[in-house]
Amino acid sequence: MSDAVSDAPDAPAPSAADSFSHRSGTFAGVQRLLHRYPTISPAAVLLVATMVFAFFSDGKLIKAPTLGIILQQTAVLAALAIGQTLIVITAGVDLAVGTGMVLTHLVVAKVFSEWGVPAVVALLIGLVVGLSLGAFHGFLITKIGLPPFITTLGTFYIFQSLGLTYSQARTIGKADLGDKAATKGYDGLLLWTGKEITFGARRTGFTITVGVILVFLMYLAFTYVLNNTAWGSHVYATGDDLEAARLAGINVNRVLVSVYMVAGALYAFGAWIQLGRSLSASSNAGDGQINLDTITAVVIGGTSLFGGRGRFSGTLIGALVVSVFRLGLTLSGVSAYWQTFAIGSLILIAVSLDQWIRKVAK
Amino acid sequence: MSNSITAPRPAGQPILSGTGLVKRFGRVTALNGSDFELYPGEVLAVIGDNGAGKSSLIKCLSGAMVPDEGHVELDSQRVHFKGPQDARAAGIETVYQSLAVAPALDIATNVFLGRERRRSGPLGTVFRMLDKPGMRRDAKKALDELGIGTLQDITQAVETLSGGQRQAVSVARAAAFGSKVIILDEPTAALGVKESGQVLQMIRDIRSKGMPVILISHNMPHVFEVADRIHIQRLGRRVAVVDPKAITMSDAVAIMTGAKVAE
Repeated sequence: MSDAVSDAPDAPAPSAADSFSHRSGTFAGVQRLLHRYPTISPAAVLLVATMVFAFFSDGKLIKAPTLGIILQQTAVLAALAIGQTLIVITAGVDLAVGTGMVLTHLVVAKVFSEWGVPAVVALLIGLVVGLSLGAFHGFLITKIGLPPFITTLGTFYIFQSLGLTYSQARTIGKADLGDKAATKGYDGLLLWTGKEITFGARRTGFTITVGVILVFLMYLAFTYVLNNTAWGSHVYATGDDLEAARLAGINVNRVLVSVYMVAGALYAFGAWIQLGRSLSASSNAGDGQINLDTITAVVIGGTSLFGGRGRFSGTLIGALVVSVFRLGLTLSGVSAYWQTFAIGSLILIAVSLDQWIRKVAK
Repeated sequence: MSNSITAPRPAGQPILSGTGLVKRFGRVTALNGSDFELYPGEVLAVIGDNGAGKSSLIKCLSGAMVPDEGHVELDSQRVHFKGPQDARAAGIETVYQSLAVAPALDIATNVFLGRERRRSGPLGTVFRMLDKPGMRRDAKKALDELGIGTLQDITQAVETLSGGQRQAVSVARAAAFGSKVIILDEPTAALGVKESGQVLQMIRDIRSKGMPVILISHNMPHVFEVADRIHIQRLGRRVAVVDPKAITMSDAVAIMTGAKVAE
């Protein structure tokens, strides 16, 4: 972060400069720049973290196979962080994103392996489950008037319990998830997201999965929707100032319900990516970290927890930062206990920076 | 008491009127048979002490509140507004004291907030793509028409603007979409002297385009500077409509507080 500060002091002031004529100096210039281009700081963090860990891991981190692994490890987190970003932009939070995804992926796996429905139908059932979970959040928040934090804290436990009960804590393995008619190199639609695509030689090349590509395309699609549709503007306006959005004629409850339902649909998308990532379905999926990691990715990505501002590009970078930190610290020989410490510190720095940047508005 | 302070009734039919408006909240009567008339092309100020029923009156006219008794007429037609959306659809735009802008969004997006325009063709119908260039162009035009030349960049976030500039964006939005009446609720309350002057100039500019304005304000000098007529509300009714050129500020305040009776 400090690098971003020292790198950009002479940047041209944005055209709003006349409103700030009472402010001057390098710091204010940087503050304005970061306010106008909020993706700069997470990008700088990613760059610096990658360079530092590349150094301490003797270059292991930036070898092609490792970079591929980072992308594969980020896929599920990044998929779920899309919904988290939308919700945080509306000044909410989804603490149940991980358990919601786990419950959804168990449903998909069970209906496929036990009912014998086609993979497409199993995924569509997953989509319906995800949408329902999201609609339930939306109902509690807009009709009952519960704060998102409490709502999703409650459903965090409920989804977790439902997932454990439904699966009886048993793991459904690859043999039960592949298509019976699958040919060599294709394990069927459910596991398709885990299909590997290698650039270069097998051992030294760069390997990603279909899931990585799908997540990236999803980011492009959602970036378009947020920036170029009326719905996107309404999501920002609702998070920015709920009452103002209402007075401007926006049906804010409908916006909120739609956001939570979209996030629910993304549980199903994340579930699909998860099935391909682990080639199994288990109530332990996500290692219990995925919930908070999505929030970390969103916050590091520059989306404000106070609502009204944020970008998907930032979240994607934030998710990569989380993965680079975890893998980089491991490769550098740092104990797992200190990895968690580092991530925690990163969150505090990111939020402090956000507060500082927001002062531009005052 | 002489009649000379009473404002002469403008020619023609009122564009917006309320007759015998009553609004009760439990045992409190906010409006007690209040009348109201706004004529085409005028700036009508509404003044009154706290609790006189100013905001209830305005809310009945802007659709934010449904009166218990009495009726509202727009262009001599009875209207029954169920919500602010109805009034807006009928051509009545209200700028609320709380401004109703989304600070992190840019000026153009704010001007069109809740009424976004989409591209023509499949880009708009299938991909729901906003017509950003068109909205920016028209937002710029709306601001230019009100003489707000200081806003160079229509894509800058509203939160980077001063209080007066934010107010200007709100007023420009109302002026751009209001086709019959514009209601301004305490537009200068939070502004400094210079910025207040700009907003008052905008009110004159709107009037010069033939659009009638209702101005609710506590600030007597501002009211006397721009109003053509002043509606004085007291104890839930209209007690007088005075001519600012024929009455002193202290007399207007005296009528407002009940220390003096008009007619």
